[in-house]
Amino acid sequence: MTTPRVRSIRTARGRGAPALPARRVRAVRTGGLSVRLDVRAFTVTVLLLVAAAAASVVLIGTGDFPIPAGDVLRTLAGDGSPSQEFIVNDLRLPRVLVGLLVGASLGLAGALFQSVSRNPLGSPDVLGLGQGATAGALIMIVLFSGSATEVALGALVGGLLTGLAIYLLAWKRGVHGYRLVLVGIGVSAIVTAVNGYLLTKADLVDAARAVVWMTGSLNGRDWAQVWPLLIMCAVLVPLVLGNARGLRMMEMGDDVSYALGVSVERTRLLLMVAAVLLTAGATAAAGPVGFVALTAPQLARRLTRSPGPNLVPSMCMGATLLIVADWASQRAFGADQLPVGVVTGVLGGVYLLWLLVTERKAGRI
Amino acid sequence: MGVLLLVALASVAIGAKALPPAQVWHGLFHDSGTYADVVIGDRISRTVLGLLVGAALGLSGAVLQALTRNPLADPGLLGINAGASAAVVTAITYFGVTSLSGYVWFAFFGAAAVGALVWFLGGSRGATPVRLALAGTAISAALYGYLQAVMIMDDAALGKMRFWTVGSLASATDSTIEQVAPFLAVGTVLALALARPLNAVAMGDDTARALGANLNRTRALSMAAATVLCGAATAACGPIVFVGLMVPHAVRSFTGPDLRWILPYATVLSPVLLLGADVLGRMVARPAELQVGIVTAVLGGPVFIFLVRRRRTAQL
Repeated sequence: MTTPRVRSIRTARGRGAPALPARRVRAVRTGGLSVRLDVRAFTVTVLLLVAAAAASVVLIGTGDFPIPAGDVLRTLAGDGSPSQEFIVNDLRLPRVLVGLLVGASLGLAGALFQSVSRNPLGSPDVLGLGQGATAGALIMIVLFSGSATEVALGALVGGLLTGLAIYLLAWKRGVHGYRLVLVGIGVSAIVTAVNGYLLTKADLVDAARAVVWMTGSLNGRDWAQVWPLLIMCAVLVPLVLGNARGLRMMEMGDDVSYALGVSVERTRLLLMVAAVLLTAGATAAAGPVGFVALTAPQLARRLTRSPGPNLVPSMCMGATLLIVADWASQRAFGADQLPVGVVTGVLGGVYLLWLLVTERKAGRI
Repeated sequence: MGVLLLVALASVAIGAKALPPAQVWHGLFHDSGTYADVVIGDRISRTVLGLLVGAALGLSGAVLQALTRNPLADPGLLGINAGASAAVVTAITYFGVTSLSGYVWFAFFGAAAVGALVWFLGGSRGATPVRLALAGTAISAALYGYLQAVMIMDDAALGKMRFWTVGSLASATDSTIEQVAPFLAVGTVLALALARPLNAVAMGDDTARALGANLNRTRALSMAAATVLCGAATAACGPIVFVGLMVPHAVRSFTGPDLRWILPYATVLSPVLLLGADVLGRMVARPAELQVGIVTAVLGGPVFIFLVRRRRTAQL
């Protein structure tokens, strides 16, 4: 085995901004493989992973029956007391895992959509995918009084159909960013009205259940939700990352990327299908948790300070955000009082204000 | 005008309880307090409210489109309705305000605050249709999240609000009309008076200034007019989307770009759309009914998408 030769390259930051400090990019070369490694992005990703793991441990320890972090780690490693093992492995670990996976999926889907629509507000929840999934779930709750699994299935189908409808309606010799966004907003308005109608049809008990679902909640998630999500992520994440190079080119505009040899429509279709699947799957598991997909990619981008879609940092950021938000909702309102979606909603509001203050002058919205 | 009269008559005549035309006639002109006459009386208040609110929404949509020079401006899409809703819900839940005359002020405040926020978030002068629509949708999403949190914590609020947040004319009474009518009247007069200066604004800032228009005053007054109209309409019957979007476009196709024609036509034709949607909602789901906000959204969404697909409009 050859030892990795590491060569340091100093390049100016993209987008031709000379005032910004030069960034370190290293090329790691091993025998047959060579990877360009952005040191800062890599560090940020590792730190986010650590933060997500730490927040998960704290979240597992939080609840009506608090467990110190040391005990949580010991129980996860397999030698805790039986009662702790039950609480950790059967009750809280699945919830945390669902949170991590949902957060990661939403972060990734958000990064993909924002990159394709070339707009920091073009996330799946703004474009109506969340509403579409909600419509599917509401139909199951209100019209069929469906079980949790049926509701999840309804959400999945609703999200996919909405994604398909948006894509087809936005199609006109290719899908352009702005048309995608506006068609998404139109579809979102229609579906929101349908949701409102379904909600008025329901009796009060069903309506209360539906509203909790519509806010996005991690309460009472178990292993039955973990496995499908895990399989979905295991399939889609490598697929997306494998096609991410084309996405980075596409941010320069369709014509330039054609010239650089990217088959634009195919890449876009593939990545959008993946993003829709990720959103629909995450929504099916936890409800339409708002604003994670909107904020995670932007925060990740600010931290890594690197151009391009920042897919992996966005994923890690999404997972960290959702877990921290869940912890905050349990601490602030007491266990299982308000679902996590309320906290992410508040975060989203703060984020929008921040965007207003910082981005407006730069004209980058 | 003729069309408007026809739709208004239909709105009185058609409903969950089928009544023969003779009885409708009787109820209209010889009110004698029978059951049928009471039904007719209710439908009349509903129709009148529909007329007022429809005119307000159409007019505010036309003013917003002229003001932002943006073909996709609509009080619903720009989040102004959502702002008014959030403020009203706050008033009902936390301040115990129950009367319409109380929470109409909250609606104004919410509408104005969100209107300003969307305008700045969308990039103010440099706002493009896409930016404004996105900013409006994102803010609406945040506000609806807030509404849901309120509804989760308070079952009683949920029971009441889930009907209000879809937009309906069903709760109309004479007192509702009396309370919102003054606001709507002020807003309408103000908006119609702004047609000339807005015509100048539509030509671009520099030209408008060269023509002697007072840009800042026109902008502020238009924003005030749109806010009063949307706020009062939302307070009276909940958020209704797309009326303000569709009608000005339809009107523009036969009047041309002159706002002195567009605004009056929008005032007359928007109630046609709103009442038409209301009547439709009562007919399709008999004996129950579809709330008018749902019908307008389902009808208006495709129109919106059609406008977007017409490339030239979306890029204006």
